[in-house]
Amino acid sequence: MRRINWSRVAINLTVFALIVIWTVPTLGLFITSFREKEAIFNSGWWTAFTDPQGAFTLDNYEQVLFGGDGLANAFLNTLAVTIPAVVIPILIAAFAAYGFAWLQFPGRRLLFITMVALLVVPLQIALIPVLKAYLAIDLNGTFLAVWLAHAGFGLALATYLLYNYISQLPKDIIESAALDGASHFTTFRRLILPLSMPALAAFAIFQFLWVWNDLLVASTFLGTDKEVQVMTQALVSMTGSRGQDWQLLTAGAFISMILPVVVFLSLQRYFVKGLLAGSVKG
Amino acid sequence: MYQAVAEPPPPRGVGQVLATSVGRVLVSIFVPVVAFIVLWAGFLFLKDSGAPKAVIVLVAIVWGIGGVAMLYVVANWLTEKLPPAWYGRILPFVFVGPAIAILAFYLLVPAVLTGWGSLFDANGQEFVGLDNYVYSFSNPEMVTAIRNNVLWLVFGTLFSTGLGLAIAVLVERSRLDRLAKTLIFLPMAISFVGASVIWRFVYSFQPEGQPQVGLLNAILGSFGIAPVSWLTSEPLNTILLIVILIWGQTGFAMVIIGAALKGVPDEMLEAGRIDGAGEWQIFRKLIVPTIWPTIVTVATTIAILTLKIYDIVIAMTGGNFNTQVIATLMWKQAFTFFDAGRGSALAVILLVAVTPVIWYNLRQFRGRAI
Repeated sequence: MRRINWSRVAINLTVFALIVIWTVPTLGLFITSFREKEAIFNSGWWTAFTDPQGAFTLDNYEQVLFGGDGLANAFLNTLAVTIPAVVIPILIAAFAAYGFAWLQFPGRRLLFITMVALLVVPLQIALIPVLKAYLAIDLNGTFLAVWLAHAGFGLALATYLLYNYISQLPKDIIESAALDGASHFTTFRRLILPLSMPALAAFAIFQFLWVWNDLLVASTFLGTDKEVQVMTQALVSMTGSRGQDWQLLTAGAFISMILPVVVFLSLQRYFVKGLLAGSVKG
Repeated sequence: MYQAVAEPPPPRGVGQVLATSVGRVLVSIFVPVVAFIVLWAGFLFLKDSGAPKAVIVLVAIVWGIGGVAMLYVVANWLTEKLPPAWYGRILPFVFVGPAIAILAFYLLVPAVLTGWGSLFDANGQEFVGLDNYVYSFSNPEMVTAIRNNVLWLVFGTLFSTGLGLAIAVLVERSRLDRLAKTLIFLPMAISFVGASVIWRFVYSFQPEGQPQVGLLNAILGSFGIAPVSWLTSEPLNTILLIVILIWGQTGFAMVIIGAALKGVPDEMLEAGRIDGAGEWQIFRKLIVPTIWPTIVTVATTIAILTLKIYDIVIAMTGGNFNTQVIATLMWKQAFTFFDAGRGSALAVILLVAVTPVIWYNLRQFRGRAI
């Protein structure tokens, strides 16, 4: 007869319990988002399948997307904020990373160290002066303002991540490119960028999640105009002003999670690599 | 260092030389001016346009990638026109210059301005010395916020990192490892605002006698215990908000620490077992010391996050019921009360709180060649 390995059973049970604890809150949100308002307030979501009055509905999604909250509009705004805010800093950071890794110039060490120091600086320190500058040139409340802010706040990490990668590329290929008469610019464009794709992807995912999920930068530089607000802002205003529309809140929250969760699950490998390379940052 | 190889010039007369160099100068001025005008036109379009969102985004992407690329192409082209000695000197700044300029504009200079502004009154008119700091450490609301931030820092960091470590070790020995890793890591992708909506259905409270739709109160109810108004009882509410952070960040700790665990040599653990050490001793005396640097890094990252915490508080309680933290008060002072002085002082306090980490990061580079 085989002996039962009790410690293994205990470990598996514990892990199973952890999975349940971690998943149940999200599951609750998911189920609630398909319930009618009455049902949400009269019984817990866990009774949804046993409760005879618990009919499921897609109304919440329709209402929150196209009703007064206009989450469809906020979804588009979030896309409009996120894509350029991810794209703009990447190229700038890649150039800087190559410069720090493979070019000699006076002040290189000082500039690099300054950048490392800026890695963990809380962006709160910049909000007031940047907002003042934006107001002076009438840039506040535009997508451009938010893109540039996200680019600025993400640049130190981007440069640091890409530097870690680009400085580890084999010296031979860069030197042989130079022997073939390629300028630094050509080497960068033809060799370094294609070779750095994994690092570029890692940062892109990182920045995507950060910008998509951001509330602070959007609240500060986009303001409260409904026309341009992003989904996190829309959700917060739903929790505040009309805290009773939980059926809309749940559907809205779920819509806001779909894209980052899909991106995260499909590109998890790159994301983990990026985290491992950049875990100095806060 | 190498330069673009110039073709040997054909013998020319003086007039010809003069004409070509004048042409060169003209072209060298013309190209950057055109590039600048194109970029500026894009900037103005993006700033003021009432065009449909899709168009704006498309223009933004083209402007963002194309414009930035053009900036570098033109700058590089200009540098190549320079004499070789200058080319070598200027080129590095073409590569790193834009990044430095942006970092200076968005972080370095604002940090100095905020520090300076924290010494002035609400409108930035009158010098008030350290008054804003005195206020920050004496006003009851501020003191509560600072206390709450300490709770966030200690409990958030300790539990996220500790649980992450424990789960990473457990999961490695389990058959459910892949599923567990994915599901526990998944909250990383969810915004704190979204997470707050999720947790509303855990903490929800109805007066006794009414149906409880919150998971926690329903569980209490099934044991016959009266429901608790979780989010209004202080300081329990802050702890419960911290649980949301722990739920979100444990996966991060687990993944990073899990990667470090894979690097612990098996032979070392075997040797420990042969010497008769129990599993607990092996964990404490062998595994933890080996991966200690990783644990410190993870804890530091989460600690910084807890210091800056903002979204969870805003989305769960709006800062009511004494759940304020430094970042939420900073925003309130700066952008609701328009008190730039107090807002700046709070931002400086946040910066000072992370300086040990900055110092530590810099020390890592002291001996290292970059």
